[in-house]
Amino acid sequence: MSHEIVEKNVGLMALLILVVISVGGLVEIVPLFFLKSTTEPVDGLKPYTALQLEGRDIYVREGCYLCHSQMIRPFRAETERYGHYSVAGEFVYDHPFQWGSKRTGPDLARVGGRYSDDWHRVHLMNPRDVVPESIMPGFPWLADNKLDGKLIKKKMRVLNMLTRATCNGCQTYSDEQIENAPSELEGKTEMDALIAYLQGLGTSISSRR
Amino acid sequence: MNETSKYIQDFAFSSQFWSGWIIVLTLGNILACWWLIRWTAKKRAGEAAEGDTTGHTWDETLAEYNNPLPRWWLWLFYLTMVFGLVYLVLYPGLGSFRGVLGWTHQNAYAKEMQAADAKYGPLFAKYAAKPIPQLTQDPAALRIGQRLFVNYCASCHGSDAGGGPGFPNLRDNDWLYGGTPEAITKTILDGRSGAMPAWGPVLGEQGVNEVAAYVLSLSGRQADPKLVEAGRKHFATYCAACHGADGKGNPAMGAPNLTDNVWLYGGSPGVIRQTITKGRNGRMPAHRDFLGEDKVHLLAAYIYSLSKGNK
Repeated sequence: MSHEIVEKNVGLMALLILVVISVGGLVEIVPLFFLKSTTEPVDGLKPYTALQLEGRDIYVREGCYLCHSQMIRPFRAETERYGHYSVAGEFVYDHPFQWGSKRTGPDLARVGGRYSDDWHRVHLMNPRDVVPESIMPGFPWLADNKLDGKLIKKKMRVLNMLTRATCNGCQTYSDEQIENAPSELEGKTEMDALIAYLQGLGTSISSRR
Repeated sequence: MNETSKYIQDFAFSSQFWSGWIIVLTLGNILACWWLIRWTAKKRAGEAAEGDTTGHTWDETLAEYNNPLPRWWLWLFYLTMVFGLVYLVLYPGLGSFRGVLGWTHQNAYAKEMQAADAKYGPLFAKYAAKPIPQLTQDPAALRIGQRLFVNYCASCHGSDAGGGPGFPNLRDNDWLYGGTPEAITKTILDGRSGAMPAWGPVLGEQGVNEVAAYVLSLSGRQADPKLVEAGRKHFATYCAACHGADGKGNPAMGAPNLTDNVWLYGGSPGVIRQTITKGRNGRMPAHRDFLGEDKVHLLAAYIYSLSKGNK
């Protein structure tokens, strides 16, 4: 009747449950922190600029990830449409990553440079102006909202901390870059920031495969 | 086979310890499952006989039979263990061990692409060898071109290639950078960057109104003759370098012809004034890396065919 010992000692049972459910994480997650593919940036990958960083936060705030993934899978059907499949080393500056799991809209992992800034501006104001059958909502307020840049220095410092903790061979923001960040955001709208972010997505790998 | 090794370093850990860590924990886990199921199935002293209740009663009447696990369930459980072990031998999973099949996702992808290349490559090669004017007579080539267009071009130029404000109409035989097969191919492969500077600060509001009036007059539209006269001078000074003294444009720079009443951004007086004041920076992205020359060849043929009837 040895299971009685476990069943009658809540503390022991909790401990054993913890041991059992942690095995998956210990095997499948922890080693990824020490895998070169996931901890080293791909060649040419740069940290987000201050403007892109603000844009990324707007991407998250507006919930873009609810309809757009940023993860091209290694299948021909995907790479023909979107370009080279995504690799882990492209996301080392993403905290958190925006891979997503739902594609109501197209994948955006390599949208950078695919369209002109003007196109994005028109499209974000009212997607149907350029794609009549689009069901994406418009985001016209982004063009009116000015960035205040109040938190940008803090954000960059936090990202430096995360980057140092998780990445080998990543660049961190210099003190000078952090000091200059608020002035880079001056006069920019949220629309400018979001477009700067989108135009940088996936551009470090330009080859088709 | 593996074209992408520069982006992915498979199975490379910062230390071999992690490979061992995965192997030990994974195999240990499977063993522990086996041990647990054997250990709990063992008969113990003082245990209720099979078919009797355990003697423990909950909620007044609820009792538990001391029955063994159902056979089918137990065997299914053993089967998952065997499946797991076989899988780990065949496929990558145990740390840096690649599995005896040598399967990787990149290789699977490369194989898929090779099969597609073997199937479609000769088709594209056949069309790539033919000049574009000849392809416009080939309905099959144009159908492929049209599909490619809808996939890759329609979000800016529209699914009918009719364009929109800021995105050129490709059906009207009015070309910013030239409408020869070569020019169209180059536009798609390498992209184009329009660069009309903002003249508002130079001309001032009155100056902009004058130039706008002159530009309207170029395509034979009504404008205040006084403003037109004043605008003519400004035009010669500031605009003629790109748009030409006669306003007919310059395909080498993508400067539009202003005399034909075809407007990229709109031809209302207000939009023309805005264009002069703020400038325009239309950009066509390059598609050389993304689509490759063979596809662009077919695309160019399709686009070339669209306006040929309008000549």
